[in-house]
Amino acid sequence: MPKQHESTFDKILVANRGEIACRVMRTARRMGIRTVAVYSDADADAVFVREADEAVRVGPAASTESYLNIDAIMQAIRTTGAQAVHPGYGFLSENAKFVKELDAAGVAFIGPREHALAAMGDKIQSKIIAQQAGVNTIPGYNGVVRDSDHAVEIAEEVGYPVMLKASAGGGGKGMRVAHSAAEVREGFQLAADEAASSFGDRRLLVERFIEEPRHIEIQILADGQGNVLWLPERECSIQRRNQKVIEEAPSTHLDAATRKRMGEQAVALARSVGYNSAGTVEFLVDKHRNFYFLEMNTRLQVEHPITELITGMDLVEEMIRSAAGLPLTTTRQADVRMDGWAIEARVYAENPDKFLPSIGTLARYREPTATSNNTDVVRCDSGVAEGSEISVYYDPMISKLSAHGPTRSAAITALCGALDKYLITGVTHNIPLLREVLASTAFGAGRTPTSFLAEHYPHGFKGHRLDNESAPQLAAATAALQFVRQARDANGNGKQRIHQTEYALVLPQLQDDGSVIRHDARVKLELKSPNLSLHGANGFGAKVAYADQKETEVDLTVTWDVDQPFVTASFSGINQTSQHSLLFLAPLPLGMRVQFRGTKFDIDVLTPEQRELSRFMQEKEQVDTSRLVLAPMPGTIVSVAVKVGDAVAEGAQVAVVEAMKMQNVLRAPRAGIVKAVHVVPGATVAGEDVLVELSDE
Amino acid sequence: MYALNLRRGLALAAARSLLTRTCGYATANTQGEEVKARIEAKRQASVAGGGEARVAVQHGKGKLTARERISLLLDPGTFREYDAFVEHQCTDFGMASQRITGDGVVTGVGQVNGRTTYVFSQDFTSFGGSLSKTFAAKVCKIMDRAMQVGAPVVGLNDSGGARIQEGVDSLAGYCEIFQRNVLASGVVPQISLIMGPCAGGAVYSPALTDFVFMVRGTSYLFVTGPDVVKAVTNETVTQEELGGAQPHTRKSGVAHDAFDNDVVALASTRELLSYLPQSNREPPAPRFTTDPVDRADEALDRLVPSDSHTAYDIKSVIGRIVDDGRFFEIMPDFARNIFIGFARMGGRSVGVVGNQPLVSSGVLDIDASVKAARFVRFCDAFNIPIITFVDVPGFLPGTQQEHGGIIREGAKLLYAYAEATVPKIAVTTRKAYGGAQCVMSSKQLRGDINFAWPTAELAVMGAKGAVEILWRKGDPAGRKAAEEEYNRLFANPLPAAQRGYLDDIIAPSTTRRRIIEELEILQHKKLSNPLKKHDNMPL
Repeated sequence: MPKQHESTFDKILVANRGEIACRVMRTARRMGIRTVAVYSDADADAVFVREADEAVRVGPAASTESYLNIDAIMQAIRTTGAQAVHPGYGFLSENAKFVKELDAAGVAFIGPREHALAAMGDKIQSKIIAQQAGVNTIPGYNGVVRDSDHAVEIAEEVGYPVMLKASAGGGGKGMRVAHSAAEVREGFQLAADEAASSFGDRRLLVERFIEEPRHIEIQILADGQGNVLWLPERECSIQRRNQKVIEEAPSTHLDAATRKRMGEQAVALARSVGYNSAGTVEFLVDKHRNFYFLEMNTRLQVEHPITELITGMDLVEEMIRSAAGLPLTTTRQADVRMDGWAIEARVYAENPDKFLPSIGTLARYREPTATSNNTDVVRCDSGVAEGSEISVYYDPMISKLSAHGPTRSAAITALCGALDKYLITGVTHNIPLLREVLASTAFGAGRTPTSFLAEHYPHGFKGHRLDNESAPQLAAATAALQFVRQARDANGNGKQRIHQTEYALVLPQLQDDGSVIRHDARVKLELKSPNLSLHGANGFGAKVAYADQKETEVDLTVTWDVDQPFVTASFSGINQTSQHSLLFLAPLPLGMRVQFRGTKFDIDVLTPEQRELSRFMQEKEQVDTSRLVLAPMPGTIVSVAVKVGDAVAEGAQVAVVEAMKMQNVLRAPRAGIVKAVHVVPGATVAGEDVLVELSDE
Repeated sequence: MYALNLRRGLALAAARSLLTRTCGYATANTQGEEVKARIEAKRQASVAGGGEARVAVQHGKGKLTARERISLLLDPGTFREYDAFVEHQCTDFGMASQRITGDGVVTGVGQVNGRTTYVFSQDFTSFGGSLSKTFAAKVCKIMDRAMQVGAPVVGLNDSGGARIQEGVDSLAGYCEIFQRNVLASGVVPQISLIMGPCAGGAVYSPALTDFVFMVRGTSYLFVTGPDVVKAVTNETVTQEELGGAQPHTRKSGVAHDAFDNDVVALASTRELLSYLPQSNREPPAPRFTTDPVDRADEALDRLVPSDSHTAYDIKSVIGRIVDDGRFFEIMPDFARNIFIGFARMGGRSVGVVGNQPLVSSGVLDIDASVKAARFVRFCDAFNIPIITFVDVPGFLPGTQQEHGGIIREGAKLLYAYAEATVPKIAVTTRKAYGGAQCVMSSKQLRGDINFAWPTAELAVMGAKGAVEILWRKGDPAGRKAAEEEYNRLFANPLPAAQRGYLDDIIAPSTTRRRIIEELEILQHKKLSNPLKKHDNMPL
């Protein structure tokens, strides 16, 4: 039976883009509210624009001229008659000026009131307020730091190491850790510049840096009518460059008493500023479960889905109700549930080795199915579809994939399973890293300090490391795929008679220094199914010899519609049974590209004779063009987007060349620093001319 | 090595049974034993080719032997050799004492993915793979047989050239092969792999075949080598620069693709064969696919950029439409402004031609016209339907093209499309301007089905050019208005559809389903050209 909703708004405008715009609209639709999207030129074809009831263009691609363009958004509100605005996260979500303008126009802001937002939006002020409200805070200087000398002075007082961070900031931008006076001076300038470019505000603050900290945050819900609830915590300790990658709720680190104390302090803070709507109070928690107030985020957090999964609440609905002057759906703290465990993985278009963004078109894109079984739930918050563009203008997040299970290990298993069924091609993505972290013993044991990635991957992340368990599985499964493909190829005249075949595989393994080691594997396959099926399950007996290990026998069932991406491989050996999802990404001249345990492998699948004869083949000297941007054809340079010394992302535009009145965007083949630019706009180039050179550092 | 031993074992058994049949009533057992031993010795010699030392040299160059190559090309254990005992009959220049059984080429028949395929493999280890009269006779024998039974011929070329000691006999041998290449053309698919040197007159046999593949770094093709070039023109050039894979796949267009090594080249040849029929008497074998025939692809609806001056990759369009997103591109590095290649739709082979907006706007020039023309004719000869994706701004202007004969060369593509009787389906994705529009599988060239996407513009020329002619004397303000009017009228597919030049305007997402439906119907298409000795295409 459909739930009856109390009347809130007829129409709301979502002043955001991508997945969060889709997320807000989903709840709005459920509540019977019409939606308005605003979009930049770069997003004209985006999913959130298509999903909205109405859409209004607000400017060119650059967010300062579109999603941060208050005038244009106010105009869109007037044109469409929207009664309220949901700001999502980022952009205008914590912009007091925007809220003031909305107040003046009589349009509801689906977020806190302007005074609360202003009070908490400034990190220095919020710390003072928090102290007054009885919230534990980190030792530091509660005021604006004048200059680098002043910063050093404060640092000496508070004690090293110290953290320099943007007063107006969030999301890790403008943050620097300094262990000495010299580092404070150096970091001050960098952090101030970054703060200025990210938030238009150079102000910094200085505080004690807590070592081995965990990042744990409490979700607050308030309705402005005296009801303030705290919701169980989220731990967001797996971070790269101070930005969250994996979050979970609840935290393995808290006990009920600490949780309650943190919750109550968060509520006290919210009450002290007359807070309404959803908000998050972030704490750093040390290993003795001492917790310190970090900041309060006066918006819906990126990672809110995991809170929704364990509490069963819809935070966007609560925010809309609060903005419409209605009480929260739940008003008693005792009624707040904490069911099972939820984990969220942020899927980014980036190279997981150095966390450099990757830009391009999602050539193939399939999200894992919503529910894997009765107890585990998989949720994918995204704003993209096959063919969508990951552009240089905005955050390269593709989606947030969350899983919920009765226990933490069930949630981990469900999330790994979902990641294994998540097909993304066209951009480099971080699924290999997410998958590997989730499956690691350290994560499984809850050992998740914020330094997790740096500790576990000091040389950068190089993909799944094949071991004596995973390598034979990968080899056997890949050989089985080859068996099915060969049967299909030979099936032209129905002569498939082969039931037994031996394969020689070559499995690549990326090393810490970036080199690739190739391991041989021999797989003898015997078809056990009575007939070979080209769409469905086939049973095999496999004898696998990997590297110099001795031969092991395993029974293998591969379920696959030949040449489709999704593969299920079940193994039953002497010791254990296990099931894996693989992705068949592409056939290669001598084998295939598969994604296994998150990581892509280009595997040669040869006949023993091919393998034997391959040893006579010589490596061809190849010009490494990966650092060069070449003119694809003769033409004229229209524009050059980079200069020497610029850092560019993989897929970022470097130049535009025009030939036959057609403009071609030339993109960086890899991330790097621009070493040389050989052309200027207006220059005539020949095909294969080197236009731009890149270097690694 | 295991495979070779096995084969030798089988050969022994075969020889034994042959002997019992033919010499069953021989009185002297010793005589039978002696013949048996001689046969075996000759067979061993034939298998050994040029001997261990030369095989080691061949391997040292990163090349496989003639027999190893055959073994990788064919399904394991399917090779049946003919003429293993052939030896040359030359006695000049001391050749009488130099005989290598097999005489420098291994010939026979086997299977590729279960389908009969004839193969000859030149053995560089014996007489440098040089061609003798008997060598040529061996090759001709399998070519004749291939034509009679209707099966492809794959030639693995690795030869120093003519056997000089044989003089005109060797030349005559080449001519015999050329004649058969020509007669087989359009009857059975012929594929040449250049896996070593191929120079002088020898180049013309591969040149007459349908597809020429090279191996990077170890193969070269030229009519006259660097020494002669130096002597005649004083130009200094290496073998690689003169006739390596790079110049032939990028500049001359003589080779259809190049691969990193023998193993990859042979595996890729197997893949190409999977798209081709056995002969012109039958269609290509269908292949099972799990890709739904009615699969809609929403991303196609947004793939063509709204700004008509922004390029996009036609390969990403093709990849979204054909089975499993896979195609086998032919000549990927030559005239990249046009795409040609094989793919499957609903399990059936199709030839795909597509203008490539990413390279020079997808304009038609001399190279692109010739590249596509030959491909269209191949498909027509071998019952492979042609799917054409049209986004073409016109022919490339300029003296270089005009003086190079774009009129004649462009006419080849026009000719090829016009004479083709296989099913022809065209999809106009964006621009189709002027004469180039006519050429690219237009309705009037007996195009069976011509679809357009809503983004298509079929016109004599772009708005700017048209208005410059129509408003030559008009005022500039009016010109702007006229340009807008022209765009409104012609920069869409409606005028062409209203005249029946398009059969339908379709949603891009439905393209796969629509093409497969039409292919299904067009299987039964019957169309033939007027009887003639042969045509006279503008060569």
